[in-house]
Amino acid sequence: MNPYKAYNLYKKRAHKDTIIIRTLCFFATGVALAILFGIIAFIFAKGIPAINWKFLSTATSYEEQNFGILPNILNTVYITVLSLLIVLPIGIGSAIYLSEYGKQGRLLSVIRYTIEILSGIPSIVYGLFGALCFVTYLRMDYSLLAGACTLAVITLPIIIRTTEESLKAVDVTYREAALSMGVNRLYIIRTILLPCAMPGIIAAVILSVGRMVGESAALLFTSGTAYEMPKNLLTMYDKSGATLTVQLYQSFTEKPHWVPEDAPFAIAAVLMIVVLFLNISTYFVGKKLKRK
Amino acid sequence: MMAIIQTKKLNLHYGDNHALIDIDMRINKHEITALIGPSGCGKSTFLRTLNRMNDIIRDVKIGGEVVFDGVNIYDTDIDPMSIRKKIGMVFQKPNPFPMSVYDNVAYAPRYHKVKRRILLDEIVERSLRQAALWDEVKDRLKKSALSLSGGQQQRLCIARAIALEPEILLMDEATSALDPISTFKIEDLMRELKKTYTVVMVTHNMQQAARISDKTAFFLLGDLVEFNDTEQIFRSPAHKKTLEYVSGHFG
Repeated sequence: MNPYKAYNLYKKRAHKDTIIIRTLCFFATGVALAILFGIIAFIFAKGIPAINWKFLSTATSYEEQNFGILPNILNTVYITVLSLLIVLPIGIGSAIYLSEYGKQGRLLSVIRYTIEILSGIPSIVYGLFGALCFVTYLRMDYSLLAGACTLAVITLPIIIRTTEESLKAVDVTYREAALSMGVNRLYIIRTILLPCAMPGIIAAVILSVGRMVGESAALLFTSGTAYEMPKNLLTMYDKSGATLTVQLYQSFTEKPHWVPEDAPFAIAAVLMIVVLFLNISTYFVGKKLKRK
Repeated sequence: MMAIIQTKKLNLHYGDNHALIDIDMRINKHEITALIGPSGCGKSTFLRTLNRMNDIIRDVKIGGEVVFDGVNIYDTDIDPMSIRKKIGMVFQKPNPFPMSVYDNVAYAPRYHKVKRRILLDEIVERSLRQAALWDEVKDRLKKSALSLSGGQQQRLCIARAIALEPEILLMDEATSALDPISTFKIEDLMRELKKTYTVVMVTHNMQQAARISDKTAFFLLGDLVEFNDTEQIFRSPAHKKTLEYVSGHFG
């Protein structure tokens, strides 16, 4: 008898298993990609033909029976930037505290756990909170500012968690080396930790921007559904205004006869392009920050 | 000989673990003092008490005195930062910061308010020369420090540590991650450095201690078993345990 025979048989079977697993994984990937590209293709195919210059450059008007989304584009970009201005100092600040200053112990793990829970809450609940807290209690009314604050609350967990993780991932020996030269913690954070953590922070910002631009439920309650053209970019924070997603929802649910059939798809296509644009600019801003 | 730093009844506890027991030691100026002993004997811990690097670890209790410049560095009104400015440190693994060679050396001087470019240039060149690295990197000061070889990186860390002109340089197994040639280079460098500074080193390599140190301290289980001239320690140690260790019976 050949003593290696059993071994050979075994090998052959292992090989077969590999092929099966590989084929299954290949199909899984194929299905995932097909769904992804299918959605993009579907939306662009239906949406792009409906996009024209007038659609992009005018505001919706019932008198003129015109459907345009320029104010919505402006509102989206405005609310995203405003919200980032609110969430980044708070989020990065608390991440620095959690990872660098806070005494590791029960309190910190409770805080971390709470942050984790916050990230699992449905956005409509945040909307309700924003409506009560910002719109009513803090008297912001239906306004872009109230919306931006709500979005900031929604994205705060993402920013804190990701920043903290990336700060923690910075090589411990850097901290030791720097400390051994008699520099203080603030200097280490500024010169080593934040630059090293920058790629992670940028990733967090990109994720958050996606969430902000894509949010609609929470904004219906807070920044409202106005579709007027903003008069002044600097002072528009206290005006109500619909973002692209809110306008998409509106154009889908209460559609006057003069709104084109494919308008929601056109908005969706523009939305995707805006997300792409915001992500690319975040990437470049981050790159600039890192070089400094 | 004048002692530059001296410990008196130094004790250290990590939680319940008594890691250093009544250490009395005088370290002389312009000498290389080697700390040897098996793993876990407390030699690295002892080294780190000399510039208060143990402060950052939780649950550490320190008793006794470390006298440097006539003051106990563990006095409550002493700022550990100012101590570390005068007692620099080089670590086991080369750990240059992910920035340029120049910025690495200028890191601490910039913090300590050296702003003028000419002054900084001077400090960087002097430190790199003292670390025997200048000729190799003078044309790529703006390149990332991570592009240097392991041995060069470690010499860069030495340059970075001496940029503030400390009085003492602590080296925690600074050559154990390097190849033999880089190791010899750094040993040569240490012989040079002791003319300007005082060097205290932890090493696992007994030949290294024998080759370059003036004094050797043998630690065992938190005790300073023997501390004497290096020749004495390796030729005719007073304690049986020291003899067993330096002749390779355990460790």
